Amino acid sequence: MSTAVTQDDPGRSPDGATGRRMSVRSVVIWVAVALVGAVAWTVLALARGETVSALWILFAALCSYAIAYRFYARYITYKVLGTDDRRATPAERLHNGVDFDVTDRRVLFGHHFAAIAGAGPLVGPVLAAQMGYLPGTIWIVVGVIFAGAVQDLTVLFFSMRRNGKSLGQMVREEIGIVGGVAALIAVFTIMIIILAVLALIVVNALAESPWGVFSIALTIPIALFMGMYLRTIRPGRVLEATGIGVALLLLAIVGGGWIQDTGLGDALTLSKEWLVLALVVYGFVASVLPVWLLLTPRDYLSTFMKIGVIVLLAASLLIARPVLQADAITDFAREGNGPVFAGSLFPFVFITIACGALSGFHALISSGTTPKMVAKESQVRLIGYGGMLMESFVAISALIAACVIDQGLYFAMNSPAGATGGAVESAATFVQGFGFDTSAQDLAAAAAAVQEPTLVSRTGGAPTLAVGISQIFSDAFGGGLQAFWYHFAIMFEALFILTAVDAGTRVGRFMLQDTIGNVWKRFGDLSWRPGNLIASAVVVALWGSVLYIGVTDPLGGVNQLFPLFGIANQLLAAIALTLVTVLLIKHGKLRWAWVTGVPLVWDLVVTMTASWQKVFSDIPAIGYFAQAQRYRDAQDAGEVLAPAQDQGQMDQVIFNSTLNGILQAFFALLVVVVVLNAVVVIARAIRAGGSLPTTEEPATPSGLVEPAGLFATPEEKRAIAEHERLVGAGTRDGDRP
Amino acid sequence: MTAADVRSVVVRAGRGVRWYLREWSGESRWDAYLQECAEHGHPPVSRREFERRRADALERTPVSRCC
Repeated sequence: MSTAVTQDDPGRSPDGATGRRMSVRSVVIWVAVALVGAVAWTVLALARGETVSALWILFAALCSYAIAYRFYARYITYKVLGTDDRRATPAERLHNGVDFDVTDRRVLFGHHFAAIAGAGPLVGPVLAAQMGYLPGTIWIVVGVIFAGAVQDLTVLFFSMRRNGKSLGQMVREEIGIVGGVAALIAVFTIMIIILAVLALIVVNALAESPWGVFSIALTIPIALFMGMYLRTIRPGRVLEATGIGVALLLLAIVGGGWIQDTGLGDALTLSKEWLVLALVVYGFVASVLPVWLLLTPRDYLSTFMKIGVIVLLAASLLIARPVLQADAITDFAREGNGPVFAGSLFPFVFITIACGALSGFHALISSGTTPKMVAKESQVRLIGYGGMLMESFVAISALIAACVIDQGLYFAMNSPAGATGGAVESAATFVQGFGFDTSAQDLAAAAAAVQEPTLVSRTGGAPTLAVGISQIFSDAFGGGLQAFWYHFAIMFEALFILTAVDAGTRVGRFMLQDTIGNVWKRFGDLSWRPGNLIASAVVVALWGSVLYIGVTDPLGGVNQLFPLFGIANQLLAAIALTLVTVLLIKHGKLRWAWVTGVPLVWDLVVTMTASWQKVFSDIPAIGYFAQAQRYRDAQDAGEVLAPAQDQGQMDQVIFNSTLNGILQAFFALLVVVVVLNAVVVIARAIRAGGSLPTTEEPATPSGLVEPAGLFATPEEKRAIAEHERLVGAGTRDGDRP
Repeated sequence: MTAADVRSVVVRAGRGVRWYLREWSGESRWDAYLQECAEHGHPPVSRREFERRRADALERTPVSRCC
């Protein structure tokens, strides 16, 4: 595929591909890892009706990740992709200190992880817990190893070989104009849905919660202060500003507890509709303000909180060693009639858990900023594959948090208000119907413990996760701080989501301006103020209206929209996997195309089955159009169907279900267009003798020597020392470990 | 391990963390810029000016944050 650099230049790194034999020591270590993993999986698979420690899930996952990273990711990186450390990466060739910048692999890992991980891996597993802990655990671990991490790694590699081109650009140039246009539309609309659903989760977590609203609202002035601090008072002192910001943030969480019973607390007890308005206004303002004022400082805050919470959660799981309360597999998995979301295990577990197992959205980041900063080709394994494994670990922790709380409480929290009736008494009756012995007093006590007015029907996953985390943290660290930890968890989830929403709105604005700029030149000029304002307003109006529809949906917005979100995200993954499969084949690597081809086929089977069911199923709880028809029939007969309370709400259900059905069918069709276009290209490549020219940049010799993995091997250390001797000392930062 | 060994490990780890955070947050860019200016022999702009230019460059490159 590539024109290899033949001369032995000083930039030659020790070649990771050479098949060094494993030492006895590493054979022993890897056999031990495999055994621990096998025992953990066996316990999870065989335990029925007895108490199972959550640590088994943790060990099963960690051992599987380690083996996958050591063997499978290595195979893909060196054998399938054929990374070549003698080639200069775009960061080295096009270095400009702005977006193209050679970055230390460990630092880039941090940047990449912060960009891909947000609220998604925290929420999906919580909802999927309605089917028990086992399906979710298996999908998160197997999915990430064979699909999600493979997608991130391969997209990162191919984009890096093309100077960091975006997913849409690569689809257009490598597959075709039809596929390219379909992919562009798909990326934009899917992003709108994702932003709306993320915002919906925040609204559901903050509604009627003055404590939550107070601390989240304060993140805005805190970020503004940090922005001003970095701009005028102490330019560039990011760590100082972030330290102050984090301290203020913790104070804001504590302060929420003080104000909630005061007049201010009453004023901040907001309905969902008001929160929608607040979010829309915020999203618009944030996307047109200069980034240094709000977005950048918020991003620092959010990332520090993100890493802090993940570390804290992992540590507290080890200390608290909670016991799983959920069954391995519930009846809802078999019968598909769960109250959290409708549909059976296949395909809906694989849809509900997107981030953490396979997330198409990552393809946008793996083909955006990250590939322009990679120092050495073989580092894509650490950054792409390793970064996604880390996100998967977050998803596993979230799943554990949802499975260690009382399961009656879990279902009371996650079933829509139309099902639980909204009060503790009716909710207790509702979950007792499933065989849980959770009483109304238990539900009231759980709410009192976290100082929330109620926990009934607090859907969206975030409150459930917060309850789980608060329970684990207070078990681990003691001190009776459950209410603080609950709001701490709500705060950081909302913080991630708001960061994703304002960054996403900006990205959407750029995309819109860029696209319309093709026909109306002026609009594409990013410095043209009216263009910015119009494009931002359009993007915000789009996700804002979907958000409003979700919030006011009588059937429960999360219940209705989350499947659309999951399917959309994985349809995006289908586009990304199609692209990389086509590229492998065009590069003459048909015999390795299964590496991305198998997850692609799996993903297509899952998303197309789910789309088909959401569009054509005649079960109203599953099929959007069947649902609309059911309410229309009732309306014709002059009836009002619960949970709708009047004809207005009946109209709403019909409208929403029809809209969701149309969107669902539209997304699936776009993906089908891309895939068909890809099939044509693949056929052409095979007929042409197994390869086709691509837009890959020609090889240029590299003058850098860098380790490939997290830790430098002795050979790599020797190569670096040798290189420094040849080109002169002082090229490496003295402090750099 | 002697106390001196422990101290040296702690110092090394602390230096590593500090290095990582400064790299990650971009604070070390200023040092790199100063060094570059010294090597090429041109006078550096003020830190305020430098950070302002970096922030303005960020304005034109969208940063994606995933779900």
